[in-house]
Amino acid sequence: MTIAETRDVAPDINQITAKSKARSKLMMHGFLILFGLFMLYPLVWLAVSSLKPSNTIFSDTSIIPRHFEWENYVNGWKGVAAPFNVFFTNSFVIATLAVIGNVLSCSFVAYAFARLDFSFKKPLFALMLMTIMLPVHASLIPQYILFNYFGWVNTILPIVTPKFLAVEAFFIFLMVQFIRGIPRELDEAAMIDGAGPIRIYFSIILPLLTPALVTTAVFSFLWTYEDFLTPLIYLTSIENYTVPQGLRLLQASRGASTWGAMLAMSLLSLVPMFIVFFIFQRKLIDGIATTGLKG
Amino acid sequence: MSETKNLSKKQNAVAFLFLSPWLLGFLLLTLGPLLGSMYLSFTEYDLFTPPEWAGTANYEKLLGGDPRYIQSLKVTFGYVFLSVPLKLGFALFIALILNRGLRGLGIYRSVFYLPSLLGGSVAVAIMWRQIFSYDGIINHFLWNWFGYDAPSWITNPDYALGTLVLLAAWQFGAPMVIFLAGLKQIPQDMYDAAAIDGARPVQQFFYVTIPLLTPIIFFNFVMQTIGSFQAFTPSYIISDGTGGPADSTLFYTLYLYEQAFTDFEMGYASAIAWVLVAIIGIATTISFLSAKYWVHYGDEG
Repeated sequence: MTIAETRDVAPDINQITAKSKARSKLMMHGFLILFGLFMLYPLVWLAVSSLKPSNTIFSDTSIIPRHFEWENYVNGWKGVAAPFNVFFTNSFVIATLAVIGNVLSCSFVAYAFARLDFSFKKPLFALMLMTIMLPVHASLIPQYILFNYFGWVNTILPIVTPKFLAVEAFFIFLMVQFIRGIPRELDEAAMIDGAGPIRIYFSIILPLLTPALVTTAVFSFLWTYEDFLTPLIYLTSIENYTVPQGLRLLQASRGASTWGAMLAMSLLSLVPMFIVFFIFQRKLIDGIATTGLKG
Repeated sequence: MSETKNLSKKQNAVAFLFLSPWLLGFLLLTLGPLLGSMYLSFTEYDLFTPPEWAGTANYEKLLGGDPRYIQSLKVTFGYVFLSVPLKLGFALFIALILNRGLRGLGIYRSVFYLPSLLGGSVAVAIMWRQIFSYDGIINHFLWNWFGYDAPSWITNPDYALGTLVLLAAWQFGAPMVIFLAGLKQIPQDMYDAAAIDGARPVQQFFYVTIPLLTPIIFFNFVMQTIGSFQAFTPSYIISDGTGGPADSTLFYTLYLYEQAFTDFEMGYASAIAWVLVAIIGIATTISFLSAKYWVHYGDEG
């Protein structure tokens, strides 16, 4: 379609007048705005519907609710069997620990791969890269058996421990790339001053690595927060559920009367992600653009 | 440079200290489990009694004795073949428009990227389910504007998978951002040189833009394909964890989950997991082998 547009608007590159160029830009803006609204419409629908009485969510399609049904939020927050403050607390504890784990462990490992010399460096690096492509399902079952053997099922340990063991190797790769961009002269100067690798890591690399650490922290938070499969497998009693599991519980027990509550909690569960998105959107987009991190 | 020095024991010790989290994780949580699930895939194991050697029985069952497994393969391949091209098509199309020096690029990019960030969540799957339900907003629209009494998309086996494909396409933002970054890398000189040689914009698109973008197209294609094979949450939420209606949304990973954690057929589920690894491995290998026929790298001259 771009091609067709180009052909219509610019029969020859030399004939493009300023006027037709401006017109084609206006048309593109028009198209992008319409398409953007279309893309955001489901989210707008969610926000509006969460404020409508349950019995009119489907019959009343207006964008502006006739009156604001805050009851949906009150009822939703009560949840099923446990209120949402429990689910939110669980989710935030897990996501925070995941952030700390990934930032610490991946930066340690990345420093070794980017700056230190050791035996079997190349094959180990290749192995690390291969684990990025490996589907999680390949190790899911034996991991479960292992954690079950440790007596860790129905605790957050199976979810959080892997983050402290740098299992999400994509972040290692991200940081290795970043550290390679830090001038080696800085390390060497410190080395001449008598600093060893450990001091160089803490006093030179770590502070300069901050942008990559922030990217890692943001993606770790988002992915752990929205993860459904891992909690579904490991967290079995309701008081340990995360927000996605709480939503699922609400969905499973639904009747027509709880639709409003379910949509209200769905929207609320997205709020932390919205906030992270608005604060770090540059970071997120740069992170994806430069490393191809999945969104 | 430190690389030229001989490795001392101390150097090695310090390096392995830094490496230790990953080494431990790799051995305990990746390599060990991989070998473990390889072994389990040849056994019958329900988690409570010790595994019993079953030879190749699990794999034989996969090859013919389990219609639901075959169904999950069909559903997943259908999903991958439909959603990946659709998603990448949208991503490339919008990226090309955004790359034409429009004002407000940052805002557009953020708006189109947002669904990609939220799309994997349970909340969005719940939202999608409501939108496409029988009395959802889509059907209201079809009835009010076109007088078309549309079916219930979510509970109709012919259309349920389609709603999941659309949900995937809605998340074209991440590959779009990568395409945009790639388009920015194409030097203006290339276009100028092509224009001097008399190339029209259409020709420039086909002879400059597309060839120079093929490495990015390839990267996005591989990553999205690998990711799509592993989709789980949307099918779980939209089908209430059943893969229904009539197993029409029974994703591979959902069937794996069901076998392992609802039916506790851990041996059989391990075989299913290993076949997934093989499928993804083969798909990636085919992609890489095909790359030399259509991916152009800048340094080839």
